[in-house]
Amino acid sequence: MENGDVPALPRGVRLHFDAVRDTWVLLAPERAVTLDGIGHAILNVVDGTRSFGDITQLLAEKFNAPVDQIAQDSAGFLDALRNRRFLDVKA
Amino acid sequence: MTAPPPIAMLAELTHRCPLSCPYCSNPVEMARLDQELDTETWARVFREAAELGVLQLHLSGGEPASRRDLETLVKAARDAGLYTNLITSGIGLTEKRLAALDAAGLDHVQLSLQGTNPEMADEIGGYKGGFQRKMQVAEWIGKIGFPLTLNAVLHRRNLHQLPRALEMAVEMGARRIEVATVQFHGWALKNRDAFMPTREQAAEATRIVVEARKALKGTLVVDYVPADYHDDYPKKCMGGWGTSGLNVAPDGLVLPCHAAQTITHLEFERVQDKPLAEIWYEGAAFNAYRGTEWMADPCKTCERKTLDFGGCRCQAMAILGDASATDPVCVKSPHHGALQAQANTHAAQTDAPLVYRSQPKKLAETVD
Ligand code: SF4
Ligand code: SF4
Repeated sequence: MENGDVPALPRGVRLHFDAVRDTWVLLAPERAVTLDGIGHAILNVVDGTRSFGDITQLLAEKFNAPVDQIAQDSAGFLDALRNRRFLDVKA
Repeated sequence: MTAPPPIAMLAELTHRCPLSCPYCSNPVEMARLDQELDTETWARVFREAAELGVLQLHLSGGEPASRRDLETLVKAARDAGLYTNLITSGIGLTEKRLAALDAAGLDHVQLSLQGTNPEMADEIGGYKGGFQRKMQVAEWIGKIGFPLTLNAVLHRRNLHQLPRALEMAVEMGARRIEVATVQFHGWALKNRDAFMPTREQAAEATRIVVEARKALKGTLVVDYVPADYHDDYPKKCMGGWGTSGLNVAPDGLVLPCHAAQTITHLEFERVQDKPLAEIWYEGAAFNAYRGTEWMADPCKTCERKTLDFGGCRCQAMAILGDASATDPVCVKSPHHGALQAQANTHAAQTDAPLVYRSQPKKLAETVD
């Protein structure tokens, strides 16, 4: 994932609050991925217009953490979603 | 044990289907049209499912498009907060109906593939013109933009078409393909001679899948259900009995899996009589094989017992006549050797005819 890449949730992939288990999940074709606080925070700012660079900047400010650390964690998370086809990425 | 809430529900809206695939997972005794749950009852069941913790709803059949109220049912499921997946052969869907399903909020389509050309597909499905129609439906699905999974059902007769099935999935713009080797339940049990893959075919399919996963990474997700009987360890059926999923049959019976009715001593309850949550948590059928308490050796003392929960109860029933036995696929089962030999015998029946599934009986005979 490069700073200029723009991630987006494709059709059929959406965030959902699971009230029964009291957690956020990502609903996708035949899968439900349980999200931790970080995962949810990342996907919350993925809107199809923000670039990966914007996203990591935003999160670094929000969590008061070094941007490199945030970038590394988010890239791993987003790449895994991309490999499952739960995330589109425009260059 | 206390069970977790279920994640997925398979709603078998009807047993009716224009096709008659000889491996259909519907029970050999099918529910009649006049026994099917009505729209309102399904909508209530969807709400109860969501409240219980179900996230994924699979709308299946038979052919779910045989229900005229399918669009209304999708809307009801979305309103309940469920993720809606339509499992279809495509037959019965028109461009107009797909647009209506889109408007109703349908999330995902899983399209079955009986073969990669009309000769194979129409022979297996027992429906002339089915393949061509399916290709048309796939085009409409792509045009609307529904996320698509292609579900290629494979067996001895068509396993050589696997490479083409993978290509077709990419051409259709599917995000995912399910390479599903036939599992021997329902009608497929009657067709083991015709469908059992050879050991070599099963191994070749695994090789192709591993290669395709590498080559198509990021383009197409390849999920794989390997051949039954030839393996050394059984499948963790349904993610563990009464652990993650449930089925509701067309007539309202709530089942731990689609083949559970073959375990004849179990008694099932109906959504018309009890809340879904009570059936899930308290129902005798759901508790019968939940967890590990019910196990005998070799499962009882096996380190894999929470990995595969002893395999498939319906398979133990079908082959050994004992639903609480270790799945005979397992190398630790005393019946493993016999099953492997049986598989090879089935696979050698080169001229075996297909036994097609029949259609549900019509309404009680009427004179007109
Ligand atoms: S397996 Fe074939 S016959 Fe059975 S429901 Fe599916 S399409 Fe119809
Ligand atoms: S003995 Fe039972 S638990 Fe152990 S691997 Fe075989 S089926 Fe699974």
